[in-house]
Amino acid sequence: MRTPVFFDDRYPMIATAKHNGILAADGTPLKRSLARALRREKLRALILVMPLLIFVLLTFITPIANMLLRSIDNTIVGDTILYTVSDLNDWNGSDPPLPPENVFRSLYFDLFIAVETKRHTRLGSRLNYEQTGISSLFRRSGRKLDDIGKEIEKTLIASDARWTDGQTWFDLFAARNEGDADPELFDRQFLRIQRLQGELGNIDIDFMPSKSIAKALPLATREYTAWAIHTASIEGEDIAQTRPWESIPVALIYDMQQPDFAIEIKNWLSQSSPHPIEKLSTESIDYPLDFTDILRKIHKDWGDIEVWQTIKVHSNDYTSGYFLNAVDMRKSLDGPTIQPENKRILITLFIRTVQMSLIITLACILLGYPVAWLMANLPMRTANLLIILVLLPFWTSLLVRTSAWKVMLQQQGVINETLVWLGVVATDNRLEIINNQIGTIVAMTHILLPFMILPMYSVMQTISPSYVRAAKSLGANDWTAFLRVYFPQSIPGIGAGSILVFILSIGYYITPEIVGGTDGVFISNRIAYHISRSLNWGLAAALGTILLMVVLVLYWTYDRIVGIDNVKLG
Amino acid sequence: MMQITTASPNSLIKISPILLLFGGGSGLVIGNVHDAGIVGMAISAASQLSLAFVYFHLLKNERLAGWINRLGFGVFGLILAGIPGGILGFIWGHLSVWIMYWTRNRRYRERLLPYLTTGQVLWHYAFRCLCALIFIFLIAPILVVMPLSFNAEDFFTFTDKMLRFDPDGYSLKHYMDFLGLREDSNGEWLRSLWNSLIIAPIATLISVSLGTLAAIGLSQSNMPAKRTITAILISPMIVPLIISATGMFFFYSALGNWMEQSIGMNKDLVGYIKVILAHAVLGIPFVIITVTATLVGFDRSLTRAAANMGANPITTFFRIQMPLILPGVISGGLFAFITSFDEVVVVLFIGSASQKTLPWQMFLGLREQISPTILAVATILVALSIALLTTLELLRRRSERLRGMSPA
Repeated sequence: MRTPVFFDDRYPMIATAKHNGILAADGTPLKRSLARALRREKLRALILVMPLLIFVLLTFITPIANMLLRSIDNTIVGDTILYTVSDLNDWNGSDPPLPPENVFRSLYFDLFIAVETKRHTRLGSRLNYEQTGISSLFRRSGRKLDDIGKEIEKTLIASDARWTDGQTWFDLFAARNEGDADPELFDRQFLRIQRLQGELGNIDIDFMPSKSIAKALPLATREYTAWAIHTASIEGEDIAQTRPWESIPVALIYDMQQPDFAIEIKNWLSQSSPHPIEKLSTESIDYPLDFTDILRKIHKDWGDIEVWQTIKVHSNDYTSGYFLNAVDMRKSLDGPTIQPENKRILITLFIRTVQMSLIITLACILLGYPVAWLMANLPMRTANLLIILVLLPFWTSLLVRTSAWKVMLQQQGVINETLVWLGVVATDNRLEIINNQIGTIVAMTHILLPFMILPMYSVMQTISPSYVRAAKSLGANDWTAFLRVYFPQSIPGIGAGSILVFILSIGYYITPEIVGGTDGVFISNRIAYHISRSLNWGLAAALGTILLMVVLVLYWTYDRIVGIDNVKLG
Repeated sequence: MMQITTASPNSLIKISPILLLFGGGSGLVIGNVHDAGIVGMAISAASQLSLAFVYFHLLKNERLAGWINRLGFGVFGLILAGIPGGILGFIWGHLSVWIMYWTRNRRYRERLLPYLTTGQVLWHYAFRCLCALIFIFLIAPILVVMPLSFNAEDFFTFTDKMLRFDPDGYSLKHYMDFLGLREDSNGEWLRSLWNSLIIAPIATLISVSLGTLAAIGLSQSNMPAKRTITAILISPMIVPLIISATGMFFFYSALGNWMEQSIGMNKDLVGYIKVILAHAVLGIPFVIITVTATLVGFDRSLTRAAANMGANPITTFFRIQMPLILPGVISGGLFAFITSFDEVVVVLFIGSASQKTLPWQMFLGLREQISPTILAVATILVALSIALLTTLELLRRRSERLRGMSPA
């Protein structure tokens, strides 16, 4: 089609369109101008949503992510007994039947610091979840750990009284000049204390270990450095004026028994001012230092291979142990194994949670369907009145309804009293309908029933009565018309209500806690127990994670079937 | 075939099963109380049948028969068991005469389709009875709590005095305890109420203000990543409370320590901030859902018209959009308020004793020392929820009216 020429003058936009597209009023191409407007609108919508999105991410999503992390986090073992864990890697867990001497030695010094910083009980309770008795093993060992050190200290002081002085120790280990300093050793020990104590911050520590003494006394220098960092940063004391822990003399004697000591200490002494170590090195101190023996004397359980296996199995920073525990299994050297009989309760609890949720869902369907049908088939005015009866419990506080059921179901409660009054049950034979599964099922069916009725009602409202009429006029009787025509159309409502009720019920905590007794509780009560009583937070997090996954899968199903956008309130 | 208009009344023989069932059943109940169930059943069933015979064939006046029956049983009950007996007798007399004439004169068919068979009529009424039972199941626990809260004894059950409507059986002492007006009350209830009244409104304010803005953003047609963002924003409603509480327990205690040590905030203040933040985020999905639902019906040409007349976006929002979506915002706010006001799991996990809220106190009261004051609190809360329900219903109607006005 040909465009008349005069159009070019009146509609410049169309005229130029022949060359580089349509132009907007300000002369930019329309396409670009529209794209910019779209971008601006998108940005505006995002800016409106952003504050809330950030708020929810910070206050809700982060805590959930944090919980997920905690369910696999096992850094406490590595943080507390760092050197033991790395030495244990060389032991295969069964041969030889006890870990080699160097593991015991590392444990002695790791445990010593842990005791001084009071972290050993935390590790003890962590490992106690895996093997009962470890907690007391750690606690008792903690009390006796410094006995040997005190003995050695006496020997040192007998040799030279200056060993009582903090300055003597400081002179021995501190670097004499820049070139002698060993910042690498210092940094490693700084990290070690930081893993034990948490962030230390920028604290000025007036000490740097000496490279040359570290050659002669490697273990003692390492432990002294760790002690110095701890004392300066946590206790805030002057290192040079403080006598070190009893573990340092032990380390000193150990180092002196090593073959390299004699040469290295001569090197060191040749460059230093006189020091009591000189006299000590000439006296042959024949102190037997068998750490395996020392620890086994402190507590016989250190000779128990199972304790060591437990430590070895749970020494990684990240563990699947909590998840295995959550499904009644445990981590062992041979991979996941099933828990002993008396510890298997969680699978039962998971199964019971699902079973009872299914019973509750079924009860809600059975009770909710007739009511929803009735409301959908009554005149609007009457239906509105009835819906108030459904909404009132829906709006009433959960605790009010739970306490109402406690009042109803108790041994001396309304139901039992009425039945006794009517003579249906004898007064010494009252029904036990609380603190068991019946209590939980009755109370939760009541609490969740509105969540079933409301979606069913909204679906049934849309079913036209003419279908059933048509079925009947074609010869179907009431039952057939309901079963073949009405019921199939109401299934979406049943599905929506069921998933909603099921999801809500498997996460319930308050009602089972109050009316469920011991055998009517859910997995969520176990989570709460581990949070507030047993303090096994890793297991609580693992149980929570499993429950969360189940719920998310169910919601995904719900979204596919009903659509999350169709969630309506009231 | 079936008669369409039924003139002739049912014979007494035909309706006697129903009368016997009604008389016998109630007689059994009353008889049981006096340890003579079978006798009571027999007497009552026989009297029901013979009274029906007298009324139908000798008296032949329904109005007169009605009053004779009501007053007769009323007086009978009064003699037997005092005032409550009299009232129950009157009610029972009313029911008994009503059922006699209802069955005799085929009144049960009045509102039904005339061609229904007897079986269908029977099913219709059986079904109604079933539904009535379900409604009783729904409502009874809530209703039972109310009179019990006026119990003069420290029991969770009806005393004899209460059943006799003896004024001595009733008292306001549990309400007094709640208000801290009794000598032995420790003021814990009132303190927890104040805590709830501090935490819930602030949490609601946060969720409503942030939630409304976000809902407006979400309802724009060209919102990027809409599904993902919506999923994140309503996730606090999806995740079971126990899981949210577990996650928050770990995270918020770290957050609290940080606020106390690094910023040096007061311990109590930090506790309140933690609970308020947690409750605010739990209330957000409700605000998002209700406000987005209101915005679906919002006519965008109104904002365009306002812009056309020279209003800037902020004026448009406050003068045009806000008044129209206000009902949705308020009902979202009510949902958020009730979420916080009723929430116990999260506060149990992350709060400390100084933030003890009303539900927490109730939870303690139910689990540890069972105190009837809970029933007084429950009654107050039921009254509150009735008020909320009414407000919401009024708001819904207003919203519908407003929507009807807009030329959508």
